[in-house]
Amino acid sequence: MSRSGFLPIAAVVAAMACIPFVTSSNVVLNFLVVALLLTLAGQGWNVLGGYGGQYSFGHAAFFGTGAYATAILQVRYGLNAWPAFALGIATGALVGAVIGTLTFRSGLRGSYFALVTLAFAEVLRIVASVAPITGAGVGTLIKLDVGARALQFQSRAAFYWMILALVAGALVITRLIEQSRFGAWLVAVRENEDAARALGVDATRVKLSAMTISAAMAAAAGCFYAQYFLFIDAGIAYGPWISIEALLAPIIGGVGTVFGPLLGALMVKVLGEAAKHVTGDVPGLDLVVYGVVLILVVAFAPRGVADVVARLRGLLKRPAKKAREAAHG
Amino acid sequence: MHLSILFPAILNGLLTGAVYALIALGLTLVYGVLHIINFAHGALLTAALFAAFFMHSLFGIDPYLAVFILMPVFFALGYCIQRFVIGPAAHGSDGNILLVTLGLAVVIENALLFAFRADTRTVDVTYAFAVVPFGGMFLSVPRLAGFAAAVVVALLLWLLLTYTDTGKAIRAVAKEKLGAQLSGIDVAHIYAVTFGLGTACVAIAACLLIPTYYVNPHVGNAFVLIAFTTVVLGGMGSIPGALIGGLFVGVVESLCGLYLGESLGQIGIFLMFILVLLFRPSGLLGERA
Repeated sequence: MSRSGFLPIAAVVAAMACIPFVTSSNVVLNFLVVALLLTLAGQGWNVLGGYGGQYSFGHAAFFGTGAYATAILQVRYGLNAWPAFALGIATGALVGAVIGTLTFRSGLRGSYFALVTLAFAEVLRIVASVAPITGAGVGTLIKLDVGARALQFQSRAAFYWMILALVAGALVITRLIEQSRFGAWLVAVRENEDAARALGVDATRVKLSAMTISAAMAAAAGCFYAQYFLFIDAGIAYGPWISIEALLAPIIGGVGTVFGPLLGALMVKVLGEAAKHVTGDVPGLDLVVYGVVLILVVAFAPRGVADVVARLRGLLKRPAKKAREAAHG
Repeated sequence: MHLSILFPAILNGLLTGAVYALIALGLTLVYGVLHIINFAHGALLTAALFAAFFMHSLFGIDPYLAVFILMPVFFALGYCIQRFVIGPAAHGSDGNILLVTLGLAVVIENALLFAFRADTRTVDVTYAFAVVPFGGMFLSVPRLAGFAAAVVVALLLWLLLTYTDTGKAIRAVAKEKLGAQLSGIDVAHIYAVTFGLGTACVAIAACLLIPTYYVNPHVGNAFVLIAFTTVVLGGMGSIPGALIGGLFVGVVESLCGLYLGESLGQIGIFLMFILVLLFRPSGLLGERA
């Protein structure tokens, strides 16, 4: 296992950690926090969809479960925010494992898998909008209690470092998966599940593990959302917006790559802000832009922007190399 | 529960179910031929409902007459979407088709939200609340019309697929794409025709729904999972399956609404959907998963 694979992660995270020293603008930090939140959820989608080839249209199921678990444990059971956060991630992972067991054991693939994940997210949304424990239609409000003990911070910078740390963890986990035997199995399942099975890969178990890790990451994003905004309701936690953005980020950035979701999330959020800037308060246009970008990326850059950049760099390098060869020759 | 409540609930469910069947018919046709799930189906329904609404409010065209305008318009729209967007963008990969139809759904739904805001609109027609007595109870006239139209459309579709050259080509492509291509069938054209037919079904359903229903940019979402359920239940790609599935889903929703209350009525559908997907993904009448 090479250590060099972790150097770029360390460099990117270290560079990003310095941003609050350069600017203290709340607008910038808030933008970055939201983009990193999306990175985390997108990295979750990427583990399952990018490396495993299982396209989920319902990652809101895990995001929302993480958010609700953190909030409910604090508000209704008086639990401290730190264990509540950890339990929120665990609950999300558990939901992922349960849905994964049900779907993969019955052999659902491709569009069937997309459909069933979408349906699970919708069922959870409807249940959350009527069940008393979630606060039903009113939603759940976490009490304002600023202090590290309650995982609430006065400064945006502290929240920023917190989500950056979570994203760093997700990047490292993804790199570890990429370099492990498990990662190779996962990619084999993506490329040809039947062939992988024939070679002795336990495809169901591999997909199930990927889904559990994936759900844990999406749930962590949900937990952070609850801590950051201190309010959730069924439409936020289980709404289709997060399912779409979570798949949009890795697809735009580059599916099945470590940095794809980060790159994609930044681009998605920049586009969204630009669209909002044009239209003001009228809702809808930012999502229209997302949809158009999704179609364009699939049509013209199916391996994401990272790949386009790499190819452009290759094009620029080639003439230089030729010139060098000519000089030596 | 007393029969005098149960029986009308079942009958009402059947009437609603007929429209579900019509929406599902379009979805199952596209699946049967292109082997993809069209995630934009619900958004296209929303667009059709808006079209029917504006036909009435701007030009005073009755929704039942608007069918004859919107059906060809939406056929053309569906044809173009498949021919010029989904086909070229997908590079023949199923995963890409899924993503493109999802992207289309997001674009259509939010363009409508952007243009018309989240307001809910209804059409005012004189017959919206007209009823006919039937065996001691009253049935809604517009919903009876919807039921009749669903049956007629299904019959016409069946005739088209069975007896016309286009229909035969569609069935040939569904069975064996390469073989059809070798015998001179333009597969890209047939794909687009099929997608157009599916979209036309949605336009008809919209015109039948609008007199008793409402329209807002998110209304399609309520139908899209119902349509998926119907299609999965009846067997992906099966036309009689879509009809029976639609009626069944209508009845289940109506009974769940009766026993569990309105908001939980939909949960009954989703749970049924998940159960069928998990335990019998080929559907009750389908042949293969």
